[in-house]
Amino acid sequence: MTGNANVKLDDLTRYSGEWLRGVGPQSDIVISSRIRLARNLADYPFISRASPQDRGRIQGQLQTAIPSLADQDDLLCIDVEELAAVDRQFLVERQLISRELAEASGARSVAIGRDEKFSLMINEEDHLRIQVMESGLDLESAWDRINRIDDLIEEKVTFACDETLGYLTACPTNVGTGMRVSVMLHLPALVMTRQIDKVFRSLHKISLAVRGLYGEGSQAMGDFYQISNQITLGRSEKDLIKQVGDVVPVVIKYERQAREFLVQESQENLHDRVSRAYGILRNAQTISSEETMHLLSSVRMGVNLGLIDDLKIPIVNELFIHTQPAHLQKLSGSELDTTDRNIERARYLRRHLAQADRPDSENN
Amino acid sequence: MKCQKCEKPANFHITELTGGKPQEVHLCEDHAREYLTQAGEAGEPPAGTNMAAAMAQQMAQQIAAQMAIGQTADELEKLDQQACPVCGITFYEFRSQGRLGCPNDYVCFKKQLEPLILNIHGESQHVGKSPKGASVASRERTQLIRLRREMKSAIAEEAYERASQLRDQIRQIEGGRESRMGGDE
Repeated sequence: MTGNANVKLDDLTRYSGEWLRGVGPQSDIVISSRIRLARNLADYPFISRASPQDRGRIQGQLQTAIPSLADQDDLLCIDVEELAAVDRQFLVERQLISRELAEASGARSVAIGRDEKFSLMINEEDHLRIQVMESGLDLESAWDRINRIDDLIEEKVTFACDETLGYLTACPTNVGTGMRVSVMLHLPALVMTRQIDKVFRSLHKISLAVRGLYGEGSQAMGDFYQISNQITLGRSEKDLIKQVGDVVPVVIKYERQAREFLVQESQENLHDRVSRAYGILRNAQTISSEETMHLLSSVRMGVNLGLIDDLKIPIVNELFIHTQPAHLQKLSGSELDTTDRNIERARYLRRHLAQADRPDSENN
Repeated sequence: MKCQKCEKPANFHITELTGGKPQEVHLCEDHAREYLTQAGEAGEPPAGTNMAAAMAQQMAQQIAAQMAIGQTADELEKLDQQACPVCGITFYEFRSQGRLGCPNDYVCFKKQLEPLILNIHGESQHVGKSPKGASVASRERTQLIRLRREMKSAIAEEAYERASQLRDQIRQIEGGRESRMGGDE
């Protein structure tokens, strides 16, 4: 399994996930819709108490259960323990594994659907974490897909479950459905008009959580925010999806209003800001990841508002991911320190944005 | 007894659990309210820290706040030292790391976890999807975890006869499960 994992990873490098294509409903503002389910095998201790032998057996049992999915999709199985640090980071940047799985130790792995629309993490905080991602706002498709995957695996293994508490998880915060529904939104205008905190406070009041692009911390790089449910017990999967699904259009409406306000109040300032950001990205000789995210965010909004007409959203979406440290190193085929990465990042941006400029280019 | 912060009588006897050892705090009504509100606000996860660690910390504080009222330090220490017969984790270990040790913890720490779960989710009864064969083999699963653990310690103590008995028991249960699962298909 691990022998050609590197070759397969290199394959992934050249493409980008289906969920980045910017094709789903409301995809000018909603990047992706994601659902994850936490499951544990009934016959073993949770991960914190699992011996190395337990971890091996858990992994073995789940890996045997997973091929039942293979008729749906080609699966890429990767032994995370054997991966180099840069490859683990690559999968985190790609949203295919969590930081926790990347940084843990001991037997652990991930199985990835070929179009990157789902991944199965083995021996993360729970024995199994199933994750499905769709482009744009499309939680129903995500639920149909993940429910089917869960059913198929459940035919082969026994998950820890209790009549009162539902699916049992290592942390009581996930007990019940074990489900986290999360929608990733791009909200630059709400940030620029300083209304984002107001939105957060009202979401917290109805028990929804808001996080940045890669989950932890409060720093939302590139003005990306994930809205997700905190409660997992006492509400059905459909109800939890509905709660998030109902609130997202409201946030989208606020973002659109803020964009309209910016256009009406100071079209020149906004156009200037967007054009300067685009100018720096196309001409910089060295640039940090943080600055790139910040400028790409303005450019992305500029494209959506028609202020930049020679660039397409899928290219911008891809640049957000491909300019991250591990992606840059994989794409350039060499290990780079921070200084060299900043130079390589600027080179990558110049090349891809110049390419996008050419009308006859395929943009791929 | 007087309030620790003013001259009024102390009507509230709160046991603080956030440190390694429970500590008792005696306060009047006003100061107790102030004290408990502060504890609640401190429960927000600090920005920029690891989410999992922050949640574990938040949870520990929640547990502390819930268990605090109406129980003495001795009682709390006893609850803390209670261990799961299946995986061996103590309740103290759970509340310091925020992760349970095995599915049976939900049974053996039921008393301590119930208010915590209610506080997190606002509900205590699962609604939604359940595995199709959920009620089957629920006892066997905890049994298996316990037997494997006992076998491991038997081997460590070089009690090989006992270990082999345990191995036979494990095989018997596993065999039963497999034939049942095979029969379902």
